[in-house]
This record gives sequence, C-alpha cells and structure tokens, in this order.
Amino acid sequence: MLSYCGFKLNSKKRLLQNSFIILFCLSLFGCDALLNANNQSDGVIYCSEGNPTSFNPQLDTSGTTVDASSHQIYDRLLDFDGQTGNVIAGLATSWLISDNGLRYTFQLRKNVEFHQTDYFTPTRAFNVDDVIFSFDRWRLKDSVYHNVSGGAYPYADSLGLGKLIERVERINTYRLEIVLKQPQSSFLSNLATDFAVILSKEYAEQLEQNDQKDLIDRQPIGTGPFKFANFRQDSFIRFKKHNQYWGDSIQTEQLIFDITPSSSLRLAKLITGECDAMGLPAHSELEVVRQSKDLILDEKPGLNVGFWAFNTSKPPFDRPEVRRALSLAIDKNALIEAIYFDSAILAKNIVPPTSWAFQTEQKNISYNPSAAQKLLRENGIEPGFTMSIWAMPVERPYNPNAIKMAELMQGYLQAVGVNVEIVSYEWSTFREKLKQGNHDSVLIGWSADNGDPDNFYRPLLSCGAIKSGTNRAFWCSEEYDALIDQALRFTNNEDRQYFYFKANALIAEQLPLVPIAHASKYQAFRKNLVGFEINPYGGVKLAGVTKE
Amino acid sequence: MLKVILRFFNLVVLTLLALSFFSFILIYLFPGDPLTNLSGIANPNPQQLEILNQTYHRDSAFLIQYWYYLIDLFSGNWGLSVSSGLSLADEVARTLPASIELSTYALILSFIIGLPLGFLAGLRHHKTTDYALLSASVLGYSIPVFWLAMLLILGFSLQLGWFPLSGRISLLYEVPRISGFMFLDIIWSDIDNKSEVILDAFRHLILPTLSIAAFTTTVTLRIMRRSIIETLNSEYIQAAVARGLTSRQIIMKHALKNALMPILPILAMQFTTLLTNAMIVEVIFSWPGIGNWLIQAIYQRDYPAIRVGMLAVSTLVVMFTMTIDLLLRLIDPKKSKVERVAI
Repeated sequence: MLSYCGFKLNSKKRLLQNSFIILFCLSLFGCDALLNANNQSDGVIYCSEGNPTSFNPQLDTSGTTVDASSHQIYDRLLDFDGQTGNVIAGLATSWLISDNGLRYTFQLRKNVEFHQTDYFTPTRAFNVDDVIFSFDRWRLKDSVYHNVSGGAYPYADSLGLGKLIERVERINTYRLEIVLKQPQSSFLSNLATDFAVILSKEYAEQLEQNDQKDLIDRQPIGTGPFKFANFRQDSFIRFKKHNQYWGDSIQTEQLIFDITPSSSLRLAKLITGECDAMGLPAHSELEVVRQSKDLILDEKPGLNVGFWAFNTSKPPFDRPEVRRALSLAIDKNALIEAIYFDSAILAKNIVPPTSWAFQTEQKNISYNPSAAQKLLRENGIEPGFTMSIWAMPVERPYNPNAIKMAELMQGYLQAVGVNVEIVSYEWSTFREKLKQGNHDSVLIGWSADNGDPDNFYRPLLSCGAIKSGTNRAFWCSEEYDALIDQALRFTNNEDRQYFYFKANALIAEQLPLVPIAHASKYQAFRKNLVGFEINPYGGVKLAGVTKE
Repeated sequence: MLKVILRFFNLVVLTLLALSFFSFILIYLFPGDPLTNLSGIANPNPQQLEILNQTYHRDSAFLIQYWYYLIDLFSGNWGLSVSSGLSLADEVARTLPASIELSTYALILSFIIGLPLGFLAGLRHHKTTDYALLSASVLGYSIPVFWLAMLLILGFSLQLGWFPLSGRISLLYEVPRISGFMFLDIIWSDIDNKSEVILDAFRHLILPTLSIAAFTTTVTLRIMRRSIIETLNSEYIQAAVARGLTSRQIIMKHALKNALMPILPILAMQFTTLLTNAMIVEVIFSWPGIGNWLIQAIYQRDYPAIRVGMLAVSTLVVMFTMTIDLLLRLIDPKKSKVERVAI
C-alpha cells in the first residue's frame, strides 16, 4: 500500500505544481480586471432609504416620495435658489403681482418638452393647460383626477392653498393668472415647494381614454431632468436622461435609486463604491464618513424641528400647566448629546435660527425637575400617573432615533413620578393611528419645504392642520390662527416678524409642543461625484450631478 | 422498471398534494381575511369582493374551494403580492432562478475543490496531509454560513475593496430578463460591452458563492475521503496490488471510479442544503433571490407571498430530491435504498 501512496504523492505534486502555475498565470492576467471595478457605463447611483408610495409629491409629504420624484421627474413654476433661498424662475420665466396682492400673472417658458417614454409620446410642448390641470387636481374636488390615488393632498391642505386660491385662469397659451381670496405673502414660496409639480395634461387625457387613470402616479410623465424608466419595490428605481430638458445642467445617462433601508448597509455600499451618494447617514456613523479618504460629508443647518407634542385634546394634557410641568422635567441638552451626537442645536422655538422669524432673545425652558414635581402636584397629577409617548419607528433628519429618545425621557419623567409607556408601530400604521389622535404625546418633527416661516407655523399648529394630520398636538387657538393669518397680509419681513414673535410668545406660554432640536442636514457621497449639493428646501436634487 | 417509476410518481404527486393542501390551510391560519391572503388584494371594494368571491368560489364547500385552488396553482394564477401588487407567479419566476443559479455555482465550486482534496486526504490516510485537511474541514463545517458571509464582506469588500457586497450586477447595467439566469441573459441580450458586464456579474458572484460553498466543500471533502479509504481497503484493491499493477493503474482504473460511484447521488443531494444556505446568504448580500424575497415578505406581513414562496421552494426541493432518487434507482435497480455514507 505504501508504495503506491508514495507514487501518488509524486504525481500529485506534479499535478499541483502544474495547476498552481496555470492558476498563477490566470490570476496575473485576470486579477487587475477582476478586482478593480471599471464601470464604463455612465450613470449615478443614489442609495435611498425606502420605497416611494407613488411618484407624485402632491400626494405625500413623506421625504422618501419627494426625493424620488419631485426634482428628478418634475419641474415647478418657481424654484428656490439653493444659496440665498430666494424664489427664482422655473417653468414660469417672469411673474407680476397686482398692487392689492391678489392677482398673480405668470409668463410661462416656451419649448419645454415632456418626457417621451415607451408608454407616452407627447405631441405638444408644455403650456398653460398643464399648469391648470396640475393645480386643479389638488384644488378642485370635481376635477376628474382629484380622487385618483386616494384623493388626499396633505401638503396643499395643511397650507390651506385650496381655500386660498379663488381661480386659476388661462390668459393665453403661455400666460396664466392666479387670483387669491386674500393676499398671502408666502404664496410664491409655496409654489416653489416640492409638492407644486406640473404634470402633463395630455398624458392624463390619454390615460383617461384608456381608463387607466391611476397610472398617472405610478408611471409618471413630467418635464424634469430625468424620465422614469422602471421601479422594482425594495430594489431600485431607474431614471433615464431627458434629452430635451430645457435646463442647462449636464445630465448623466442614467440615474438609479438603490433602495437600501438599513443606513449601515447604505454606508457600506458607499464605501465599496456601489453607491455614489447616500441619503440620511446615521448620526452615529458620521465619524466613519468623515474619516474615510474617499468620501465627503456635506453638512448644512437644516430647516427642521424635532419636537415632543402633547395631545391637547386629551385631559390632563389640555392644561398648559401640566404641559409646562412635563417639559420642565426633561433635560434637552442631554437628549441632544445622546441622540444627535451633537449634530443639532437646541430648539427654543419651532423655527430654526436660519429663518428670519427666529427670535434670538427667546428663553429656553430650563431643566428643573423639582419645579416640575411641584407644578405637577399642584395640578393634581399624583405619583404613579401613566402616560404614553409615541416614538417614530424610522430615522428622520429631525430625530434620528425617537425610540431611544423616548427611553431617555422615560427616565426623566420617572424621576418626577410619571410613568411612561413607549408606543411604536410600523411607520405608515404609526402615522395613521397618530392622525386618529390615540396618543398622549408623540416624538416627531417637521422638515420645511421652503424658507418661509409660515411653513412651520401653519402646518404644525393651526386649526386647519388638525384635519390634514400635520398638527400632532391637536391644538387649536383662534388667537394663534389670527396672528399667523395676519402675518401673511404683509410682504415686508419686518412687519411679519411682529406677528410671528407674538405667535412665538403664545406657543411658549401654551406649550402645545416642546421644541427639542434643529438638526443639521447631511449628505455623504464619493469624492469623484461632482455637483451634488444639499438642497436645504426639501427633497434631494440630482440634476447636474456627474461622475469624474 | 415501470413499477419503480410509477411508485415514484405516486409519491411525488402525494407529497405535492399534501404541500398544496398545507398552503391552502395557511390561508385560514394566517392572520387577516382569508380572501386577502388568497388573492393579495387588501381591502377590496364591494365590486372587487364580488368578483373575487366568484373566482375563488368562496361560497362552495371547503374541498371544492381547494379543487379550484389547485386549478389556479396549475394555471399560474397565484394571486398578487399585498405589498407590491405584482403577480406572485412573475415574482417567483424572477427570484427563483437567481437562487438556483447561485446554488448551482456553489455546488460546482465545492466539487471542484472538495473532490480532489478529499481524494488526496483519503490517499494520505493518517498522515499529516490528511489531518490538516480534516481539521480545516472541521473549521469550514462549523462556521455558520451567515457569519462567514459577513467576514468575507468585512475583509474583501470593506477593507480591501475588491468585490461588491450587494446584488447580482451593478445597477448601471440593464440586462433584460429572458431566462432569469444572469450569464445566459447577458450572452443572449444585445447590450454593448458584454465582456465588461460579464466581468461585473462575475465579481458580484464571487463572495456569495464562496460563503455558501464553504460548507458544502467540507462535506464533499469528508464524504470523498471516507469513500476512498473504504475502497482502498477493499479486497479487490489488495488483489490488484498482489497482481503487480502499478499504483497509477490501481488508482485510476479501480479505486477512483469505485469510490465515486456510490457517493455521487449523495453529493447531488447537497443541492438542497445549498439552496437553504443560499437563502440565508442572499439576505446578507442583497442577492435578488427567493430567500431575500421571502424575508422581505415576512417583514411586510405579505401573507400571499409567504404562502406561494414556501410552496415554490418546497416543490423545487421535493422534485429535485425525488428525481435524483429515481435516476439512481433506474441506473441500479438492485438498490433498495439510497446508500448512506458517513462523513
């Protein structure tokens, strides 16, 4: 037996030697090509955090939907200048406001082509009919498309735009007039927000004929820099370059959203180069991005506020004293350190310091547990009182980890004799139940879509916003509504400041919600990506982003 | 011969019937409305409700409903996914080939590595080579698949940056789906720069294949080793040595063939283990296969998808196992049962 084993070994050796030589040659030849990604294809991959609910930002205020549609597929009449925040021309080249502030006349851009895709071929360029159709969809209940895809237009509703606009009229093919019921200085800003997109009327008519109306939000047509190609849930969204785009930015051939819900996986893909840019890096991972030599972390102060809202329709939270007592029991500085990793500033009010309505002299409610305890007892809240804190299940720029924050607050409130039950559901269920008002209090927030302070004051606390579901405190004050309405009658910022400062004082006195933090907005991307900048006003903008 | 085929056919039909019945029962066992679990249409309006009740014969007796359920299964009418609204048959047709593809490559790889090494270990029985290979195989045998996958990602993707960590192909390449098997699709498609795309697909394949193949390779190695040892110890080998045949003649003509024959079917059976491991690894590498898809369905409480996915995977496993078993018996009718080899 030994003899043939020895022989076998020799032959095996030779065989092994030969195969090693062959393998070595092969690897020399193939290694370089194999190990270094050499992507010839022209395109940008953006790792996004979730599935959009549709491709129409009119229907949803969720950042995920807005990111995937608003600035990629569509254009608006007006846009924001990313640097100054001023309103600039979009599909409207110029506009006139009548002296009484009621009549807005827009001159529209000519030769703007809609997307040509395998499901739609436009026969005409963009004109005034498309604007009227797009506005009527959310404005008029009897519009053919109003009830398509649910018929809820939360953004327009929370700003009360439907009620504000008296009529939208065609003057000629490229001239449009909008008449308001009362003057509103934030109107132009509202037309530049992510939701005020322009759809194609011709496409809508084609779908109506084929009885496929709901496709308008799933297979979108717009005038934006990219046209929709396909979408696979939990996997990707593919956009192609719109060759006849009117703007002057250089587009890549393809834009892809790689849907990756886990933020650590998004970061991993960014590191390996499978993504060129990612949205919403986790605050705990920012340091990793900063230290990597291939990645760039972009930071801008965000137009947002994270807050703790009390359900003021439920006793005992209907009493301002109780709300004040509870807010005294919380150490906001500690929360910011633990949850935001110092990437946020303490909020004194609902508007961030970058806004002109911010009041520097406003006082912050300091942490004072003994005063809180005293105030609670005075108001008949005995030790052992139990309340619920609802915490968002998802990370948002304004609150990267609501559940952890709720746990910390649980400790603070325990110290003053209040037991806390933390409640969380899957995100869409959470928002649905929140709308029904089952909560005692909730940790949530708001990201503004334009620089106008009305975008904070109205959706968060006005009476009208209770119905549209953005007023989480269910707080309704006629005095407050009158103040923010009056503020809109003036066009001068200093005049408006007067009313907003009064509203600030009212909020500070009544405390329907406790502002916690204004978080910075982050974007991480690879060094070879050019032209990618944070859009402080709402959704991500990928037009003009290219790879070197 | 015919009797064997018939018996197998009966067995397959009965097993599949039992499986389909179980999946039908699941409609009632899952939370929520049975009609939604069946059709995938959540909150149907009254019109839809009426149509659905008719198509699924909901007012008929239980077994009659099952009969129509079977007809639907055969005609490919598997219902819709609750979360995406897509046809489940299409979804399975898209994801299952990706899993099969991954498992097949892993199986081939583990044969290429495992068989020669097992052969070598068997020849060098009780020598250092044998012990070294055996202990290495214990390591490969006991590393959990998902952990190995993560280690590979950590080392080769994040640290060295050699290989991508997610998907089958870079999203920049748009390969139309024809067969569902990536390399075939690339070759058949009319996209530009094919070689570049193939290379990209290959780069995506390496880490997932390695992490699944590790376990099967060690199993293959151990089976092969044991089989060689047994063969070399048998009398006819000793007789051949006594007759003065050279070592090369003995090993190539007698030992190798006789050692391989009994274990081939057992090795083929590894495919089902591979498929299960592949389903775990898919989640880690975001491989768009059936495992990943099923996990998503579970996260999203997509009951119709869970039901159909379970049925599709179990049907595949049953069919594969039975086919191998049948082939084996047809080749060697004397065998009453599959030979087991210790590993």
